[in-house]
Amino acid sequence: MSDSIKFLALVVLLIANGVGAQTTAITGATVHTVGPAGTLTNATIIVDGGRITAVGVDIEIPANANRVDATGKIVTPGLFSPLGQLGLSEVGAVAGTNDATQRGDAFTASFDVAEAFNPRSILIAISRVDGITRAGITPRAGAPDSEGNVSHVLSGLGSVVHLGDSPEHFVKRGAVVVANFGETGSGVAGGSRAGAIQILRAALDDARDYARNRAAVERGDWRDYSVSITDLKALQAVLAGNVPLLFNVDRASDISVVLDFVEEYNIRAIVAGGSEAWMVADHLAAAGVPVILNGINNLPGNFDRINARLDSADILVEAGVKVAFGANAQTHNARLLTQTAGISVAYGLTWDQALEAITLAPAEIYGVEKSVGSIEPGKDADFVIWTDDPLELTSYPEQVYIQGTAVSMASRQTLLRDRYLRTDRDKPAAFRNK
Amino acid sequence: MIKPISLLVVMGLLTACDSSPDDSDVKPFASRYAALPSETTLLQGATILTGTGERLDDADVLMQDGKILAVGANLDAGAANVVDANGMWITPGVIDVHSHLGNYPSPSVNAHSDGNELSSPNTAEVWAEHSVWPQDPGFVTALAGGVTTLQILPGSANLFGGRGVTLKNVPGQSVMDMKFPNAPHGLKMACGENPKRFYGSQGRAPSTRMGNVAGYRAAWIAASDYRDKMNAAANGEGEAPIRDLQLETLAGVLNGEILVHNHCYRADEMSVMLEIAKEFGYKVTAFHHGVEAYKIADLLRENDTCAAIWADWYGFKMEAFDGIRENAAILDRADACTIMHSDDDMGIQRLNLESAKVIGAAARVGIDIPPERAIRWISYNAAKALGIEEVTGTLEVGKMADVTIWDGSPFSVYSTAQKVYIDGALIYDRHDPSVNPVTDFTLGTSAQHGGAQ
Repeated sequence: MSDSIKFLALVVLLIANGVGAQTTAITGATVHTVGPAGTLTNATIIVDGGRITAVGVDIEIPANANRVDATGKIVTPGLFSPLGQLGLSEVGAVAGTNDATQRGDAFTASFDVAEAFNPRSILIAISRVDGITRAGITPRAGAPDSEGNVSHVLSGLGSVVHLGDSPEHFVKRGAVVVANFGETGSGVAGGSRAGAIQILRAALDDARDYARNRAAVERGDWRDYSVSITDLKALQAVLAGNVPLLFNVDRASDISVVLDFVEEYNIRAIVAGGSEAWMVADHLAAAGVPVILNGINNLPGNFDRINARLDSADILVEAGVKVAFGANAQTHNARLLTQTAGISVAYGLTWDQALEAITLAPAEIYGVEKSVGSIEPGKDADFVIWTDDPLELTSYPEQVYIQGTAVSMASRQTLLRDRYLRTDRDKPAAFRNK
Repeated sequence: MIKPISLLVVMGLLTACDSSPDDSDVKPFASRYAALPSETTLLQGATILTGTGERLDDADVLMQDGKILAVGANLDAGAANVVDANGMWITPGVIDVHSHLGNYPSPSVNAHSDGNELSSPNTAEVWAEHSVWPQDPGFVTALAGGVTTLQILPGSANLFGGRGVTLKNVPGQSVMDMKFPNAPHGLKMACGENPKRFYGSQGRAPSTRMGNVAGYRAAWIAASDYRDKMNAAANGEGEAPIRDLQLETLAGVLNGEILVHNHCYRADEMSVMLEIAKEFGYKVTAFHHGVEAYKIADLLRENDTCAAIWADWYGFKMEAFDGIRENAAILDRADACTIMHSDDDMGIQRLNLESAKVIGAAARVGIDIPPERAIRWISYNAAKALGIEEVTGTLEVGKMADVTIWDGSPFSVYSTAQKVYIDGALIYDRHDPSVNPVTDFTLGTSAQHGGAQ
């Protein structure tokens, strides 16, 4: 084979995989854009250069376009998992594979999990074949280690990643600073949630002081701070209102304290967990603070969640609060987003609101809605072709696109599945390799 | 109307209620369950999944005196209270073979942590029922998920965790009020990481999987000896040994009176456990959390051992690394006894949806699992593993009227349980909170007013 033919073969291969600048047209599907265009039937999506260039009914398809017939299928934006440790954890109970918790005195707010992100984690493929294309990866508090090192009220910086194959995995680095309040905050602050707020207050006051007296600090001619200089630098973006504090908080009274706190410091916040957020829904709406809700949590797992209820998403949305679904503990099963959204429909949300809560709403909460979250011209071509209603658990993605690329629909789990679905028994399973 | 309870006693299916003092002397902690008042009720015009593998469209269920009197089309209502179930789906009440409600209740504070007796790798002498707190709000949220029967098991830190107890999902002042009449006890055993991690970290045995196996075998040797001496003494040969609660439980397994529920993730370990069962002549009724059960589906079928599993839990520890969503589909295809279990106060509220996820994963590889088959994973098969399949788990004439009505296919994410009947008594109604139980703990919280439901 001549080199030029080899090259052509490669180009054809790349085109077949949707890589590169080849124009692709997805035709015939019912498209839930989650954008101003709403839901379109028998619609066409044009993808070029990894971006959506057009979406609509009866739009012109470029002659050179690679056509994908999705007649009878349903297309939604790619799903966005706003919390968890995708790429930061492999096996929960194997300590060496977990990188989301910083313990000891070294760093707090500046601890940056992005440095630990592994795009080849098996969890990435497992999640994306079920429709997840973007994720917030967030540090978290944890139990003390064997040496007694404790984690912190400020867990560190969270980032947004895409789950595709292109090497630039970070959509937004340092998108949030995670803070722990309630029982978790109390546990890492020395025994009271009041102490957790005091630690936050000291850190922010120090950060403000540092900004005003940087030269003196660097000369060594200034007072000591409660956290390291590196952490104070990381908190500048919080003070400037560019990076929100993402508070893990459930109890209604704690959420009220958070809202007062962010008003006092004139900073931005996100409530994560939010079991009792429904009780202060109007206050949240007035403050413009969104909630990443653990949408199925309806039991008083602790005293912070005594009033948890399954219809809280509906109450919050009704009050005008922006709601996304997600849970810190759902790293391996981030794919449960569709189940949570479906259940929320059974408990009052409209179908469109539920879909928004797992696509556009988390993108807006992280401030990346200009590039993802809906199927609109100009946005990254992240979308999913489903066999049926995506919120139904009996439905599944036929193909997932991330930045215009049709990603592989294989994962470690599909490989195991395919090996053990086979019924040839002449040799042990280890020989079923194809 | 005949009171259900007296009828049950007449039918000889229920001995614990109204039991004589003599009976309670013989059987400590016997069931005091008494069915709630019920009326003759006809559920009319629904899609019915009977749990026997059948689906009936536009059919009825007639319940009288706590029992199922008839199932079929166009049943005569007679004097029965008629419930219009047109557009609804009716299934047997959901059964969970693996729950920690009551022994790891909400709120999950240390004071409530009563599931693992962490003092020895063999605690076959403890009974989970002695840890069950009936005020756990999780019982009520499980009821709202259609659950009518559940087994509460000890935790998995020990090789032998102790006896499990099967409950009717009804409120009680004590666990005895909830105990499923005449259900056999379970014995919780645990393979793998948990026992070796917990005891190994204390410098005690077991600290390895081979240590686990030595521990099981040593215990069965002692239990066999105890059983033989007890049997001999009963035949007038020699003196009976001093009663030993630990050996009594294990001997109960050897005698076939107590069913083994074995926490075991990995296929290789399940195979080893089946060998131990063979060596000592007992049966493994079910492997719980068998995330690798799909690798040995044929072996499980051949041994008539059920696999009680999650839909999609994986990766939280090494022995769960190979979990796949098609696990149940592959087991079911091999005709192995397949059960969806929860081990979780959230999962138990939606065992129907756990099953739906398997149906979806199976469809992805071209395996069609119809609803009338999938429902068996959370009804008949679960009843079988608890040894109560003769009296509940299907909608068949003469069985307990343990019934759940859904507002659509139970495998749709949008469906919820509308009404739940236990022994013919309406115990949960989504649209009439006045019917529903409220635990003492829940008083004054949003859940009291239906929030948690």
